[in-house]
Amino acid sequence: MSSSDSKRRTGAEIMWEVLEREGVGVVFGYPGGAIMPAYDAMLKYSIRHVLVRHEQGAAHMADGYARASGKVGVALATSGPGATNLVTGIATAMLDSVPMVCVTGQVSSKLIGSDAFQETDITGVTLPITKHNYLVTRVQDIAPMMREAFYVARSGRPGPVLVDITKDAQQASMDFVWDDTPVRLPGYRPEHHARPEDVKRAAEMIDRAERPIAFCGHGVIAAGGADLLRELIEKSEIPVASTLLGLGGFPASHPLSLGMMGMHGEAWVNRAIQESDLILALGMRFDDRVTGRLETYATRARKIHCELDPAEINKNVRVDLPLVGDVAETLRALLPAVSKNARPAWLARIHELKGDSAVRDIQSLPHSGRLFAAHVMHDLWRITEGRALVVTDVGQHQMWEAQYYKHDFPRKLITSGGLGTMGFALPAGIGAKLARPEEEVWVIVGDGGFQMTAAELSTCAQEGIKVHVAVINNGYLGMVRQWQQFFYEGRYAATPMRGPDFVKLAEAHGLTGIRVTERGQIRDAVAAARASKETVVIDFRVEQEDSVYPMVPAGADLGDMIRRPSPIVETAADD
Amino acid sequence: MSKATLHTFIAYVEDLPGVLNRVTSLLRRRNYNIISLTVGRTERPGVSRMTIVLEADDDGARRIEANLYKLVNVLWVENTAEAATMVRELALVKVRADANRRGEVMRLCDVFRARVVDVGPEALVAEITGTVDKIDGLVDVLRPFGIVEMVRTGVVAMVRSAEATADRVALGTRSTPPKDVRAA
Repeated sequence: MSSSDSKRRTGAEIMWEVLEREGVGVVFGYPGGAIMPAYDAMLKYSIRHVLVRHEQGAAHMADGYARASGKVGVALATSGPGATNLVTGIATAMLDSVPMVCVTGQVSSKLIGSDAFQETDITGVTLPITKHNYLVTRVQDIAPMMREAFYVARSGRPGPVLVDITKDAQQASMDFVWDDTPVRLPGYRPEHHARPEDVKRAAEMIDRAERPIAFCGHGVIAAGGADLLRELIEKSEIPVASTLLGLGGFPASHPLSLGMMGMHGEAWVNRAIQESDLILALGMRFDDRVTGRLETYATRARKIHCELDPAEINKNVRVDLPLVGDVAETLRALLPAVSKNARPAWLARIHELKGDSAVRDIQSLPHSGRLFAAHVMHDLWRITEGRALVVTDVGQHQMWEAQYYKHDFPRKLITSGGLGTMGFALPAGIGAKLARPEEEVWVIVGDGGFQMTAAELSTCAQEGIKVHVAVINNGYLGMVRQWQQFFYEGRYAATPMRGPDFVKLAEAHGLTGIRVTERGQIRDAVAAARASKETVVIDFRVEQEDSVYPMVPAGADLGDMIRRPSPIVETAADD
Repeated sequence: MSKATLHTFIAYVEDLPGVLNRVTSLLRRRNYNIISLTVGRTERPGVSRMTIVLEADDDGARRIEANLYKLVNVLWVENTAEAATMVRELALVKVRADANRRGEVMRLCDVFRARVVDVGPEALVAEITGTVDKIDGLVDVLRPFGIVEMVRTGVVAMVRSAEATADRVALGTRSTPPKDVRAA
């Protein structure tokens, strides 16, 4: 606030002052009737506002911003449809534990409950998909409740918080004094600490184990525990498997890195899990995509679960020893307690499990010129030297990215894991780019998901935001098509999809579009995209009916995988 | 997984609009069926107390407790299975009883220490306080006479202890957030 020395503030001004004091640099939003006072006041403040094309985009941008920076992302929307359009983005952030504050306008307090124009009970709607939410009807409550919102969003297991502020509360004014005493919430206990005796026991279990395996989940990255994890792993020589959201929490190029586990994890990873005698699960929640059938899941392994949220303990998998607390703090305690170890027999066994997998792999096939999505991922990884910040959407390309783009650094892969939200990638990529402008951001998205939020290209153009968009275009809703092929006898119900000309679509936004149809064109296209000053869309026309291998069918035993056929169809086509 | 049994939770919550909704929404979302839920004021201003009865196995019960704690407005939770507890419910039972059968019905009420609080020519109303089993017992013996209507409050529970529940957790001493969180 620069224009006035008076401490008299409107609710709208107070809202912006809280945002400033919370260190918010950018807000993603869309104006409308009930939030107009806030937008009018915005002009007096220096916080950057990014005008989105749909509020879902605002929520995903705030999400991408938060995941890339570790700070709280902020989305702003009006009441009614503006607020409900945020819902998918809020649910996405909830399932992936992303700190986010959504501020929505609400009809004036006197009109609440009257079905007024653009009135929706958004605190009711978002109750099950927020960590907490607030309906603010009085100007004096705006600052305390927004401060609480930020505190709740980022503390403990992070999550989205929604603050719904009535129009009259935004308009009313008061003598405003900033209260910077710590937020006091008597019932809120975000902190937990693993008990020293349990840490000691865990260390003994790790030392005694013959075939241990560690799981790197999102919590390792969120807690900033990647370096500590590496120290522990190297000291005790434990192979590491990652969840989708844990990729990058442990370097993929490390000799003890196994790669991703679960439904589309590598076969040897899942086999190793099934043969292990100890699982050290860190900051993950044994999602059904990770475990497969619970009855046959890692039955020989004792399980140590390091997790911040006590409600996750024994939810899906019964564990022998829970270590409830911040993962980084737990790792720090474990590190001196664990003995230096070497496990040559176990590592040799894992090497044996790898077997011919690499030979079967698409990336090892002779160069035929034809374009497979795996080629795009592999070549992108090579060209960017594994250093790009990659944001993926949901579906086949997401799994291929996870398999072929090797992430060595935390916070370099952003993807919608828990909710599996199509349309996530482009807006989340925009948010990530604004959080870390120095990064080369690649948005990797299928032709289906891209069409859900492609309007945000317009946001890129207006705001001068440069991301690279790689559309993995196979003309199908590929993952569903794959399931239809495997489990529904090839009946392709509503999965063939005709999209627009993505090159022209980019051009229509005043941006550049490039089409790639052969593997040999990838390098030049990437170079052109990198050279461009603005967002570039590359339309990769990939093999239409390729499938993601290996695959554990939903609900099947983790070791029971559908493997890539060998030799692949390509040999026939090469003739 | 162990067998599902009835669990009775006591929850202290902030007396704010929407808190009951948050609690019930949580239990619905996590797929637990509420057997009974009562809510009322406590000895402390601004604090309400809930008694929640639901069916869960032991792991499920622990997760309910953990999930309730995750609600920002929930101050304190106790699973009464872990302490000696008094559990009471109140019921009003309107039972068909004309002049011929009134005496018999009233005698039965007496056996169950139920009070007759209203008598009309065709029916009377019995008020009973006690455990769920005791009320069930009265209802069973009155059923042959014809139960016109019945209302039960759902149970309230209190742990047998000299200390107030709230004191044991230093309720109302607001926690100061950790410094690293504030610095973030």
